[in-house]
Amino acid sequence: MAKLIFLFLTLIPILCTSFTPEKPSDQRILVLLDDFAVKSSHSLFFKSLQSRGFDLDFKLADDPKIALQRYGQYLYDALVLFSPTIERFGGSIDAAAILDFVDSGHDLIVAADNNASDLIREIATECGVDFDEDTSAVVVDHSGYAVSATEGDHTLIASDDFIKSDAPVLFQGIGHSLNPSNSLVLKVLSASPTAFSANPKSKLTSPPSLLGSSISLVSVIQARNNARILISGSLSMFSNRFFNSGVQKAGSPTKHDKSGNEQFFTELSKWVLHERGHLKAVNVQHHKVGETNEPSIYRINDDLEYSVEIYEWSGKSWEPYVADDVQVQFYMMSPYVLKTLSNDKKGHFFTSFKVPDVYGVFQFKVEYDRLGYTSLSLSKQIPVRPFRHNEYERFIPAAYPYYGAAFSMMAGFFVFSAVHLYNK
Amino acid sequence: MAVTTSTPTSPPSMAQDLLNSLPKTLKLKTKQQELLIRVATLGLIYILAFITRLFSVLRYESMIHEFDPYFNYRTTLYLTEHGFSEFWNWFDSDSWYPLGRIIGGTLYPGLMLTAAALYKILHFLRFAVHIREVCVLTAPFFASNTAIVAYFFGKEVWDSGAGIVAAALIAICPGYISRSVAGSYDNEGVAIFALLLTFYLFVKAVNTGSLSWSLASAFGYFYMVSAWGGYVFIINLVPLYVLVLLIRFVGFQHVQSGEHMAAMGVFFLLQAAVSCGSDIWIVLQVFFFLDWVKHLLGDVKLFQAFLRITVTGAVSVGAIALGVGMASGYISPWTGRFYSLLDPTYAKDHIPIIASVSEHQPTAWSSFMFDFHILLFLFPAGLYFCFKRLSDATIFVVMYGLTSMYFAGVMVRLILVATPAVCLISAIAVSATVKNLTRVVRAKVQTLQSGSGKGTSASKGSSKGVIDNSQPFQKNGAMLLLLGAFYLLSRYAIHCTWVTSEAYSSPSIVLAARGAHGQRVIFDDYREAYFWLRQNTPPDAKVMSWWDYGYQITAMGNRTVIVDNNTWNNTHIATVGRAMSSYEDEAYDIMKSLDVDYVLVVFGGVTGYSSDDINKFLWMVRIGGGVFPVIKEPDYLVNGEYRVDKGAAPKMLNCLMYKLSYYRFGELTTEYGKPPGYDRARGVEIGNKDIKLEYLEEAFTTQNWIVRIYKVKPPKNR
Repeated sequence: MAKLIFLFLTLIPILCTSFTPEKPSDQRILVLLDDFAVKSSHSLFFKSLQSRGFDLDFKLADDPKIALQRYGQYLYDALVLFSPTIERFGGSIDAAAILDFVDSGHDLIVAADNNASDLIREIATECGVDFDEDTSAVVVDHSGYAVSATEGDHTLIASDDFIKSDAPVLFQGIGHSLNPSNSLVLKVLSASPTAFSANPKSKLTSPPSLLGSSISLVSVIQARNNARILISGSLSMFSNRFFNSGVQKAGSPTKHDKSGNEQFFTELSKWVLHERGHLKAVNVQHHKVGETNEPSIYRINDDLEYSVEIYEWSGKSWEPYVADDVQVQFYMMSPYVLKTLSNDKKGHFFTSFKVPDVYGVFQFKVEYDRLGYTSLSLSKQIPVRPFRHNEYERFIPAAYPYYGAAFSMMAGFFVFSAVHLYNK
Repeated sequence: MAVTTSTPTSPPSMAQDLLNSLPKTLKLKTKQQELLIRVATLGLIYILAFITRLFSVLRYESMIHEFDPYFNYRTTLYLTEHGFSEFWNWFDSDSWYPLGRIIGGTLYPGLMLTAAALYKILHFLRFAVHIREVCVLTAPFFASNTAIVAYFFGKEVWDSGAGIVAAALIAICPGYISRSVAGSYDNEGVAIFALLLTFYLFVKAVNTGSLSWSLASAFGYFYMVSAWGGYVFIINLVPLYVLVLLIRFVGFQHVQSGEHMAAMGVFFLLQAAVSCGSDIWIVLQVFFFLDWVKHLLGDVKLFQAFLRITVTGAVSVGAIALGVGMASGYISPWTGRFYSLLDPTYAKDHIPIIASVSEHQPTAWSSFMFDFHILLFLFPAGLYFCFKRLSDATIFVVMYGLTSMYFAGVMVRLILVATPAVCLISAIAVSATVKNLTRVVRAKVQTLQSGSGKGTSASKGSSKGVIDNSQPFQKNGAMLLLLGAFYLLSRYAIHCTWVTSEAYSSPSIVLAARGAHGQRVIFDDYREAYFWLRQNTPPDAKVMSWWDYGYQITAMGNRTVIVDNNTWNNTHIATVGRAMSSYEDEAYDIMKSLDVDYVLVVFGGVTGYSSDDINKFLWMVRIGGGVFPVIKEPDYLVNGEYRVDKGAAPKMLNCLMYKLSYYRFGELTTEYGKPPGYDRARGVEIGNKDIKLEYLEEAFTTQNWIVRIYKVKPPKNR
């Protein structure tokens, strides 16, 4: 017994550290490369990740020892696939394993490139992104290209079709389109209206299948379990060369000393790796006005209060989330009550309303989907019962004729009986 | 025998007296002997009625049967656990998700209160029984009581002999046993007792003119109302009976005089259209009112003028009121069940939800024979005897018999209501015949003394008139007829026992079949599945199934269901029917909107169990299509029939119900010498063996594949 207690006491510090407050940001990242040259040619990108506290594990994509999970536990929180040409991963990893990795809530960054392998294409397709089927096609833009020393074939594109662009982002690679049936995938960087996807070396015989601004260069997906995926059609976008090079878009007089790539991917990787835009909702409470305990059932026309606390992850700590568009529904097949929650700027969202005059099994639903934020979907089931038999009003004014009828009938019967019996 | 059994009941202090008087008691007076035999017989009938209903307990186990009894059991359990107040105010959020059901206000509490009272009494007497045992044995207990009431009723209507026969007949009559075997814990179990008791007390009140009997009858009626919806039969039969009595005693002339007929006809029609419960009462009041007016006026011409004006006025006012009421929706038409009582084909054409219930089907001739056996032709004979000795009581029994026979013909479950009447009237026939015959047989012994007078009366009394008065023939004939009667009655007893043991003692949630070597095979798949649900699904999981299994899932699986056997919301059932008959992706949206977590289907293709969901599928299509016109029955039909083999309609082969029933069935060889995927319930090879599920996944399939449970997948992650 004493031994056990001793064991327990020694374990306490370990147990305590295992209960650190939840951090949504990823910690361990596996980077799979085609060859280790990429590690140095893309070192700026990797350094920015490492400087933000991520633990990068570089492996060759065909390394037979690589594994995403061991004993049912995932070893990594995120996966970076900088291996566009890989045909078969080493170890136990295949497309299905990577998709399972995502479906269990982990993040993924995929960079394809010219000659992207079928494997990479398959993973992208499963995420709602279809690369151009023509394997030799790349995105060509004869008016939005980046001006460079040599004339070139206009495959190096300076794109500025994204939010808050300072300098255009350089892109050289293959384009993709978004699967229209997938509502989760978003274009982050799209090609200009004059772009098209074709083999620049051969003559165009038929119209290209991907045209104009429907071509997406970089896309993100936030899955329903809030796993985030970044898919880019170009690996060189992440490279030190592109990060450092100056850029001048064709037809534009301004020449930027530095392309927007570094800022673009720093911010994007912050989002993908859950340093930004991550919300959590805790402490969902509802109770009758004037009470504090949550009832197991409400009665129709009860007045109730509903509250929830929502926090946003700032990268270091949980900060109160401030928004005026969080709504709660009191829902039974359709929302009977829809109210916007007020908040006290400390993350506490609350409202109060009256239960509708309908009984049934209701749900408190908060469906909060905002671009760039994790989607919050809270639902809490609560039955609503009708009045008990003794909760109705005892006398209703509208029923007085009936009361009158009943009592006059009784009186009349009494009188009649008396007369009939004693008045022979 | 009867004497010796009765002696030990005397107190020990009387032993000495008894010993002295023993020789005397053995020589009881005829009347006392008769009483003893009667009491002993009744006692035996009481026990017989109880034990013949225990086949189901012996064959299977002490369990609740079928579908509705599970709801009754669940509510009784709630009543004993939470008390009457909570029971009365019970809002059940586990059924009809998400609508819920107010249970306290939508059930007939008589049965639950009775069982709970029995349970309390037993516990007060320190019998620590479980409430389930009480529920299982409630119906047999009340069947015994019904037999005793039948005795008193028969005695009141005819004589004590008829009473005893009636008690014996009803104790084992299959028509009644079908709803009152041990475990069949349903409203009818106590309601038939209440019905017969009410009628008996009513007839007693009519015969004696005593207020206390009529009060007792009113209480019997109150109990009946609290126990079963069939009380409307009483409330309509009693005034009808009074009307008939009026016609009989006031005189036919009076009624046939035209004006009364017209008035009554008009009022009857009007009232019938407006309401259904109290119509005949109003006719009665009109009748008395007219009588009173006629008495007041004293002049025929004046009366006729008055009548003409009032009738015209009443007709026009009534017609206007009816028109306005119907147009404004204030007067709701009758419920479909009543329409189908008056017009048996109504439900078939208009209300699939009523037509789909097997017990609402019109009765087949064979089931009359099955449930009544010899009573079927003893009944007319009994009617003959009743008409021969017309009295207030026999008129009532005849009316009860005839009306209930009509209803029994319309709806198969109403055979139950007709059974007591048929037993009573048949008992009169048996009793009167046997009595007359024995009188003939015995008259021959003393024929020399009493002369021919008695002989002729006897022959007149016997139903089969003896042609010749020559005594040897008459005696032999009577003996022969007596033997014939006993043969018939013994056949009846054999038939009843056989039917009870073979047909009516199956709990229907545990199935039994004969194996290849003649041994009994038990399929306990239902309980296996419900137990799985109870153990393996989250407590707030919602299970979608066809409504037949709703009560069982809530009672045994303890999970929330979308629809159940209390078919109060046709739209909700139609939604489930629509989901079952849609393609998987369409069904998925419907299931998501109802928060369905699991789907349960019943499938008999492996065992050859024919009342599975594929055979019920036409009703899902019809009921679903009745509310949602997207579902069209012809899409599922090929040449007007439902098929599951290669020739089936494409929509049929890909609808949710088909997929869930036959998922992975194509890999299975069910019968030697048949291709894989051979459906034994329908005797065909299925048409779609390669079934892929996209939005659901198989969660559990029972040992014999009778129940299959599927989990609804969450929406795709990416």
